[in-house]
Amino acid sequence: MSDSVPSAGPLPRHGAGTMRYEAMVMGASAGGLEALQTILSALPAHFAIPVLIVQHLSPQSENLLAEVLNRQCRIVVQEAEEKETPRAGMAYIAPPDYHLMVEADRTLSLSREERVNFSRPSIDVLFETAAEAYGDKLIGVVLTGANADGSQGLRVIKKFGGTCVVQDPRTAVAARMPQAAIESTRVDYVVPLVEIAPLIVGLLEGKHG
Amino acid sequence: MDDLENQNLEIKLLLEAIFQKYGYDFRNYSMAHLKRRISRRQLLDGFASISEMTNRVICDADFFDRLLLDLSINVTEMFRDPTFFKAIRHQVVTFLKTYPFIKVWVAGCASGEEVYSLAILLQEEGIYDRAQIYATDFNQVVLEKARKGIYAIDRIKAYTENYQKSGGQRSFADYYSARYDAVLMAAALRERVVFADHNLVTDGVFGQMHMIVCRNVIIYFDRQLQKKVVCLFMESLIDGGFLCMGQKESLSFSEYFDQLVLINEKEKIFQKRYPPGDRSQNE
Ligand SMILES: C[S@@+](CC[C@H](N)C(=O)[O-])C[C@H]1O[C@@H](n2cnc3c(N)ncnc32)[C@H](O)[C@@H]1O
Repeated sequence: MSDSVPSAGPLPRHGAGTMRYEAMVMGASAGGLEALQTILSALPAHFAIPVLIVQHLSPQSENLLAEVLNRQCRIVVQEAEEKETPRAGMAYIAPPDYHLMVEADRTLSLSREERVNFSRPSIDVLFETAAEAYGDKLIGVVLTGANADGSQGLRVIKKFGGTCVVQDPRTAVAARMPQAAIESTRVDYVVPLVEIAPLIVGLLEGKHG
Repeated sequence: MDDLENQNLEIKLLLEAIFQKYGYDFRNYSMAHLKRRISRRQLLDGFASISEMTNRVICDADFFDRLLLDLSINVTEMFRDPTFFKAIRHQVVTFLKTYPFIKVWVAGCASGEEVYSLAILLQEEGIYDRAQIYATDFNQVVLEKARKGIYAIDRIKAYTENYQKSGGQRSFADYYSARYDAVLMAAALRERVVFADHNLVTDGVFGQMHMIVCRNVIIYFDRQLQKKVVCLFMESLIDGGFLCMGQKESLSFSEYFDQLVLINEKEKIFQKRYPPGDRSQNE
């Protein structure tokens, strides 16, 4: 079976009909709007997997982020709702002041428990729960930011055999977050912002293996 | 991964032990949420495994009390989500005013901040004197805090802002007295409140409520348990009564369409329909 053995090495070959990846998670903080715009607007309308996103925001902010991004993208971008099952061609953003989590049955949950890394939503919370739910069929992406949220989560994604991508800190508005991620995990790819979307589209097509 | 499956099994056994020994039923809470809380306690107390924690829970009631606090998220604040309270003022109070006596149930009230907020609101709208507020939670520790009505002074600035954003008509300082590093809420705000132990999963109906407020509680339940609790609320509401859920709680409205009218989508405020015979009320 193709879904049993997690592997940190080269990607396993897959026969027709089996998908190497089933979801992507992204985390961003300071400078994240521009980074998310760059990546999401470069994804094709029929992007084959769902995208789950945490962007740090002030708790009071009205969630205009999903609306703004939705207008600029071919995939549909919306605020995540509890209990929904993420679908391909869609991106889901954690609401301000709520953690976003993935359940074992791959439905979404929201939570208002304590802040993690001073943040709610926290990137680690999304990444860790998604890693357990999707195992090696997950791509994790850490983007620009001025704190270290996401590092721990990326390590868990790696542990479960997922693929880790980090924005090249030199192309980040705030370098600390991608830098911390690179230092804490043997990530698979460190690439400039504009190359992230092409890389991911390539990964889904089975390139870069 | 086998590790993961084993861990999930250990968590199931822990929840089963808690249920059998103490009667608290977490078996239909969101698993991702429970798992984070349990792992956190495991890490803090240095348990080698979850099974070890299960043994401890079975033998040590004090440890269970601590775990109960971990599993029930008690994070709350005064006038949390101020726009909700504003909507109550503008859309619900007019209806409540038509009744000679008003029963309000705040389910999952945690340490009481939401209860005092509602009491203030009802007072400012002139209907507090004919209201009875039932404030319930399944956690004795937080209920005791709610009864006392003493809160840390360093939160007051944020609460005052929330109060103002919620459409508050006076100075928030009118409602508490400060002493040292704490504030004590005015006794009048407690006068018409009954604090009581009630478990939404295992306890029964609370009859004839005009309004039920249950925010940020069922967000931690799975779909099946959410449905069960919403049924409990439906049975506890009078016809024309109001059900207020948390802003991001997506009770799949379509399923309740024949029983509930959505009054405010963003704030998740619903009104229970009148029975079909009473059609004049249902336009
Ligand atoms: C996050 S607090 C919500 C407090 C307040 N309603 C608010 O929105 O700020 C959740 C509360 O629900 C309580 N709770 C959780 N499960 C419950 C149950 N089965 N029955 C009664 N209360 C429960 C917890 O003890 C906790 O105090």
